[in-house]
Amino acid sequence: MREWHLRTPLRDEDVVGLRAGDWVTLSGVVYGARDAAHQRLAEALRRGEPLPIPLEGQVIYYVGPAPAKEGWAVGPAGPTTSGRMDPFTVPLLERGLKATVGKGTRSAEVKEAMVRYRAVYLATVGGAAAVLARHIVRGRVVAYEDLGTEAIWELELREFPAVVVNDVHGGDLYGSAQTAYARP
Amino acid sequence: MAHVREAVAALLRESVTRLPEDYLSALRDAEAREESPLGRRMLRMLLDNAELAGRAGVATCQDTGIPVLFVQVGQDVHLVGGSLAEALEEAVRDAYRDLRKSVVRDPLVRENTGDNTPPIVHYEIVPGDRVRVAALVKGFGAEMTSALRMLPATAGEVEVKRFVVEVVQRAGPNACPPVIVGVGLGSSFDGVALLAKRALLRPLGTPNPAPHLARLEQELLEAINATGVGPQGLGGRFTALAVHVESAPTHIAALPVAVNLNCSAPRRAEVVL
Repeated sequence: MREWHLRTPLRDEDVVGLRAGDWVTLSGVVYGARDAAHQRLAEALRRGEPLPIPLEGQVIYYVGPAPAKEGWAVGPAGPTTSGRMDPFTVPLLERGLKATVGKGTRSAEVKEAMVRYRAVYLATVGGAAAVLARHIVRGRVVAYEDLGTEAIWELELREFPAVVVNDVHGGDLYGSAQTAYARP
Repeated sequence: MAHVREAVAALLRESVTRLPEDYLSALRDAEAREESPLGRRMLRMLLDNAELAGRAGVATCQDTGIPVLFVQVGQDVHLVGGSLAEALEEAVRDAYRDLRKSVVRDPLVRENTGDNTPPIVHYEIVPGDRVRVAALVKGFGAEMTSALRMLPATAGEVEVKRFVVEVVQRAGPNACPPVIVGVGLGSSFDGVALLAKRALLRPLGTPNPAPHLARLEQELLEAINATGVGPQGLGGRFTALAVHVESAPTHIAALPVAVNLNCSAPRRAEVVL
């Protein structure tokens, strides 16, 4: 298993070498956002309003963290199901979003757009929220505060673990790995 | 009622930080037997997570769901000191003070209730003088992949199996495998969904007492694990750790089947008052 240590923001050259099935760790600032925040980002784009977060070279983690306990930067913060963000994702990739992090399958449209705009999709471990929160060293709400846990978070990661599911060459780990282990 | 409130709040707090031992034991067994290196890595992270959450007293998963409470009230019990429904709601409010608030008041308006209430409560009057409360705290990643089909009477076991495997395979990584598969068979549209959910209350390693259903559970588990979906959908042997089937009488026209998946953080607890 190849392993990469990535630091955000990401450039094209950081992602083109990644292949589906590679292990990565992410360090640096990423943005946490899920359903309601994506809906608002889409509305802002439709109205031609500026977005509250930068997208060029950035990473969005699909997460709604739990409240932080004392001594923790954020509460348990595992990935939510990425597919629900599919209808909102292509315009973000078009504007330079370099990676999304979550769990679960993506639509054909998003997979095509990732190849076109040179972005990757990373999966992390659903159900490992406490361990993952230990890789988040700082967290604060930066937009849509009224949405509570669904606000947009700025999260600073330290060696946050993930696996490359979709690479910029069209590789798709969910498809290929399952086929490899299927029994007739 | 204060007693009910405290006991149920404690039950919920405990369930979100400590996963059941029967599940952890199945997870350790899967780690030892998983063929996929990436799959083993996923299972190890789930075990490490359970250990860390228990030790630090934090939730195993950020999604602490809408709590589903199964309340059995003995018919000889006389509950005093207020409303049982309110006591249960207060218990949820207390328990979720430091947890994520994941409930919206209206599915279309979508305003967060701010305290994770109301819970979903299923009441049952049973013989005896006890009150038993069982809780399932389910994340909605797995809940969203669940499905129900009203199969025709003559569909038989083959169609049932095809549907169950199809649901688990289609859920794939979205349900956070390895999953526990609750299957309801029979009853009506509403009843079969409840059977599937109740099936998830059963500890792992306890097959259905009816031999034909215990066999069906085993065959379904093998068929599901032959899909290759694997831990977190990244390929491997362990897509499911267990299949639990619950059945009930049904109509001559129908073979209702419901599949409710539980994720890799299957929070389940019970208290008897």
